[in-house]
Amino acid sequence: MKQDILPAIRLTLVSLILVSVLYPLLIWGFAQFISPAQGKAQLVYHNGKAVGAALVGQNFSKDHYFWGRPSAVDYNAAGSAGSNKGPSNPDYLALVQSRIDSFLVHNPQVPQKDIPAELVTASGSGLDPDLSPAAAKIQVARISLSRNIPADKLYQLIEEHTQKPLLGMFGPPKVNVLHLNIALDQLK
Amino acid sequence: MNTNLLGVLVTLALSVGLAIPLGRYLAKVYQGERVWTDFLNPLERLIYRLGGVNPGEEMGWQRFIRALLTINMLWFIFAFLLLFLQGVLPLNPDGNSSMTADLAFNTAISFVVNCNLQHYSGESGLTYLTQTGVIMFLQFVSAATGMAALAGVYKAMQEKQSNTIGNFYLYFIQSITRVLLPLSIVLAIVLVAAGTPMTFDGKINLTTLQGVQQSISQGPAAAMIAIKQLGTNGGGFLGVNSAHPLENPSFLSNILQTVSILLIPMAMVFALGYYLRRQRLAWVIFGVMSIGFLSFVVGTIRAETAGNPAITAMGIDQRLGSMEGKEIRLGAEASALWGIATTATSNGSVNAMHDSMTPFSGFLQMLDMMINALYGGVGVGLLNYYIFIIIAVFISGLMVGRTPELLGKKVEIREMKIATLITLLHPFLILVGTALSSYLVVNHPDMAWAVKPGNWLNNPGNHGFSEMLYEYTSASANNGSGFEGLGDNNFFWNFSSGIVLLLGRFLPIIGPVAIAGLLAQKQYIPESSGTLRVDTPTFGLMTFAVIFILAALSFIPALALGPLAEYFSMY
Repeated sequence: MKQDILPAIRLTLVSLILVSVLYPLLIWGFAQFISPAQGKAQLVYHNGKAVGAALVGQNFSKDHYFWGRPSAVDYNAAGSAGSNKGPSNPDYLALVQSRIDSFLVHNPQVPQKDIPAELVTASGSGLDPDLSPAAAKIQVARISLSRNIPADKLYQLIEEHTQKPLLGMFGPPKVNVLHLNIALDQLK
Repeated sequence: MNTNLLGVLVTLALSVGLAIPLGRYLAKVYQGERVWTDFLNPLERLIYRLGGVNPGEEMGWQRFIRALLTINMLWFIFAFLLLFLQGVLPLNPDGNSSMTADLAFNTAISFVVNCNLQHYSGESGLTYLTQTGVIMFLQFVSAATGMAALAGVYKAMQEKQSNTIGNFYLYFIQSITRVLLPLSIVLAIVLVAAGTPMTFDGKINLTTLQGVQQSISQGPAAAMIAIKQLGTNGGGFLGVNSAHPLENPSFLSNILQTVSILLIPMAMVFALGYYLRRQRLAWVIFGVMSIGFLSFVVGTIRAETAGNPAITAMGIDQRLGSMEGKEIRLGAEASALWGIATTATSNGSVNAMHDSMTPFSGFLQMLDMMINALYGGVGVGLLNYYIFIIIAVFISGLMVGRTPELLGKKVEIREMKIATLITLLHPFLILVGTALSSYLVVNHPDMAWAVKPGNWLNNPGNHGFSEMLYEYTSASANNGSGFEGLGDNNFFWNFSSGIVLLLGRFLPIIGPVAIAGLLAQKQYIPESSGTLRVDTPTFGLMTFAVIFILAALSFIPALALGPLAEYFSMY
């Protein structure tokens, strides 16, 4: 043991410098050039003001915006979390049912069988920035009524903001809710 | 075919495609052959000189283990002190506080043993100093510890007869400079380009489009996310790990991170084949692991894409699968694959909340960790598998009435005692821990801990039991993922899972290294027609049977009370 203590201390110090000082500094240096925002979370601006981070979801509850997914932490980006509710938990299932009921109140045009489950289940991070294209389209009738914009225009807007799967082949298509809502505010 | 499934297939193909050449490279590195990274020689010589070690010294297995344990003990003390004092140390722009003693104890052990049972949340529980100086540091060195131990076993298996198994410090440093660091640099740069933060600035405050205040945590995350995956530690920078859109911004970053989870564990299997010049053996082992792994992947993808039957019953459209706890940009299929990859490799990072997955997925994730050798953690996975091989050799030997032999060495009483103890340890830790916590929940719900036992569980019934079973399984397997609804930041969980982590790490390292060292000392018996060959499909099947009988017999009763009971109550 004794003959190992000294090398252990010295090796620890050397590897600390290597992996906890030099390595992060190197990556930080790269970030200054190749990251979208010098290594910081990339912000989205509207009318010259930062209104959110491109990758981080935020709460939309008003009828004239596209809603994102339910969040277990109310989109608190300083304390991400999922609900961690189990699939058979009766309280959880009651909560989902109440979200369905509330969705139907705000979107009376939508038949219950068409409500996408992602609109009534909480995301993993509580900060999901995206919607599936179907979950965006299902809200068109409500927004069209509330903003007095023809539905066709809204469908077209969703189409423009839909990001295709990676290389057109891998993964799901998605729509960034913040970008979509900013574009919505800019319509007219 | 749908694009989500194609995403899964390309991930798997990339993993195997990269693991084979990496395995060849690893074998050369540990054998001291010439490789293209030899330009690092001067840097390594400098490290050995500053560290005061002689990389040429050949160590016997006892000395090898002593060196390993000593430096690990030192890391624990160092990590504990920094975590306990972080609130008053620099690099803390968000003003986060120091950890309590029990939480610092648990966190320090957890990361020393290459696990990530994070009973805190990254945004508020750590500072940038401890994120980089403790967590990321340990993600490198604990991974290198496991790889070094396996490199010693490679060497011992190759020797005809020898009292030494190589040099721990040499393998340890090479694992960092030749493997973990270069790969991490590449992955971190890609992540930075994809939008993952790498900054020392604190939170961003802004007003959202709807006019609400939002604080956005960030930090030097990209560097850490790379090594958390490659070193199979799994500890995330932010609370929800790779489900967080800043940690895992896109489907591309998700593919790369999933590949990184599987890459080195798979490569270590191929490295064995190249090292021993027994490719057939490597392929038989890889085949057994992959059959188990892939059947788990198929099972969980089917369960997740079918959705939650209780939600189907509400009459809504569950086309994307069970989406509670999952992210749109990743989808149910990629989340299901990740859930199995992370539990198979003792990684423990998550891109979806396991607590909210369907019962069958939870069952497979736990079983995956109970086996803990379907690829397994970097280095340690193959060490666990080595124990199963020893037991399979022994049983096969008894079945055909010959002395059990592994690669020309007789497996005798001493080796079998060690192997048996290591095999029994895992169920012992998991089942005793779960029994104890269940007892407390039922009989002492009001104990005065930070979270009372009555409030530990986030879900009632069988699922609540699963939360406790999962926690101890994850601790004993040094995995680190969790059914995170469990209220685990209190003295009982911090202390008990800390002890389980410690035993679940070092005994399964010491055991196989000792067996390999003991076998290396024995006389080599040349292969003859009577030798039991371990590189045949028959022996592969035998090992597969041993693994499943041991896991099934030990754990099925407990699993029946948790995920299986929940499954049958829902379907």
